[in-house]
Amino acid sequence: MKLDTTGLESALPLFGTNCQMVDGFTAAPAFDLPTTLDFDGFQKEAIQMVKPAKGTTTLAFIFKEGVMVAADSRASMGGYISSQSVKKIIEINPYMLGTMAGGAADCQFWHRNLGIKCRLHELANKRRISVTGASKLLANILYSYRGMGLSVGTMIAGWDETGPGLYYVDSEGGRLKGPRFSVGSGSPYAYGVLDSGYRYDMSIEEAAELARRAIYHATFRDGASGGVASVYHVGPNGWKKLSGDDVGELHYKYYPVTPSTVEQEMVEVSGA
Amino acid sequence: MSRFSPYDNNGGSCVAIAGADYCVIASDTRMSTGYNILTRDHSKIYKLADKCILASSGFQADMKALQKLLAARHLIYQHQHNKQMSCPAMGQLLSNTLYYKRFFPYYTFNVLGGLDNEGKGCVYTYDAVGSYERVGYSAQGSGSVLIMPFLDNQLKSPSPLLLPAQDAVTPLSQSEAIDLVKTCFASATERDIHTGDNLEIVVLNAGGIHREFMPLRRD
Repeated sequence: MKLDTTGLESALPLFGTNCQMVDGFTAAPAFDLPTTLDFDGFQKEAIQMVKPAKGTTTLAFIFKEGVMVAADSRASMGGYISSQSVKKIIEINPYMLGTMAGGAADCQFWHRNLGIKCRLHELANKRRISVTGASKLLANILYSYRGMGLSVGTMIAGWDETGPGLYYVDSEGGRLKGPRFSVGSGSPYAYGVLDSGYRYDMSIEEAAELARRAIYHATFRDGASGGVASVYHVGPNGWKKLSGDDVGELHYKYYPVTPSTVEQEMVEVSGA
Repeated sequence: MSRFSPYDNNGGSCVAIAGADYCVIASDTRMSTGYNILTRDHSKIYKLADKCILASSGFQADMKALQKLLAARHLIYQHQHNKQMSCPAMGQLLSNTLYYKRFFPYYTFNVLGGLDNEGKGCVYTYDAVGSYERVGYSAQGSGSVLIMPFLDNQLKSPSPLLLPAQDAVTPLSQSEAIDLVKTCFASATERDIHTGDNLEIVVLNAGGIHREFMPLRRD
């Protein structure tokens, strides 16, 4: 099975000209494959064993002032919460962000790889790569691994010469350009809040508050989302993290406990 | 006809706690397969660099292969750069090494502990295919579902994602952290059949590496 390993090659050979010492370590690392007749069945079993972190809420939208990107921070393995502090908004370079949904390792690895390719593009072409180009690079790599069990549902958000850009890219090989996306198990809840509150001409604060609320409401209803709601803004000068709030505290901020009149108070009973 | 499975789970638990200027890495030494105990004194802890220690539970054959690979890569790094690898660098190397076997994974659940470039304790926790995160404390292995909630209760620190940022390193002293680890394993041994026999604790700080053992229940 020939795999597309262009994503793994580096421009320079890893260990210089003398490769005798390092025979086992090739310059272009390739993925080991199990020798089995039933590759798909093996992958299915392996995934069961590995149980990659899934379940998330991420969203991004374009508005007048740029792109707003937000995500929760919970990673779950089956029913177990493996982490409440996962960074799901990945900083590819100072003016481009990627969001993570699906397999955590897949997203982390391929986003880092994308960052490397974007940097190589800058060095080779003396100009920054466009959001269109970056998302295409990632989509092509993921398409070549289609059917092998990668699980990636990501949004590439950035600001390039044509203005703000937002693409949705997934491990099925799909790549969509659009103004508003939400990805993950909590996305239906986030879409409800996001779509009803969205206007193109919002200010940065209003857009940040909309994004924060959408994530909060998704974490409220979706068991696989939670932790900290992070909100980033991508403007002409690059991205900036606007806020990171614990969703438990956001709950009491949005729905504060109002003191109500007490009808009957319980009193201490002595002895008994 | 049941197909041959290349994997086995040898059980056991690993814990690591990062402090302001130390790191505690601990694991039990029981190696089992199914309901049988293969040995009571198998170490799951491996020193990769002066400031970097790996603890892995899961399939010990994969763990051995992973340790050898990382040790070899570290040796090459030392030859090329004339210095030891830092813990964050080793963290990234381990993540990539695990991901390169994405379609035939190492069945190991790893915790990497050590000191970062500023001398502060750092702990990196991994899943089997290389997703990783720097945290203040972590538990992996068969007893992790028992140990993690206890550590959350004792050590839960503000998330590093909060803005404005709040410091995540535990305020515990080194001896308090060691006692905490001993308590964790004593409790996990009670309720997890794969955890027990002996506890190996490795402490890494500016003064070097210190190793101690504590017996656990052998039943």
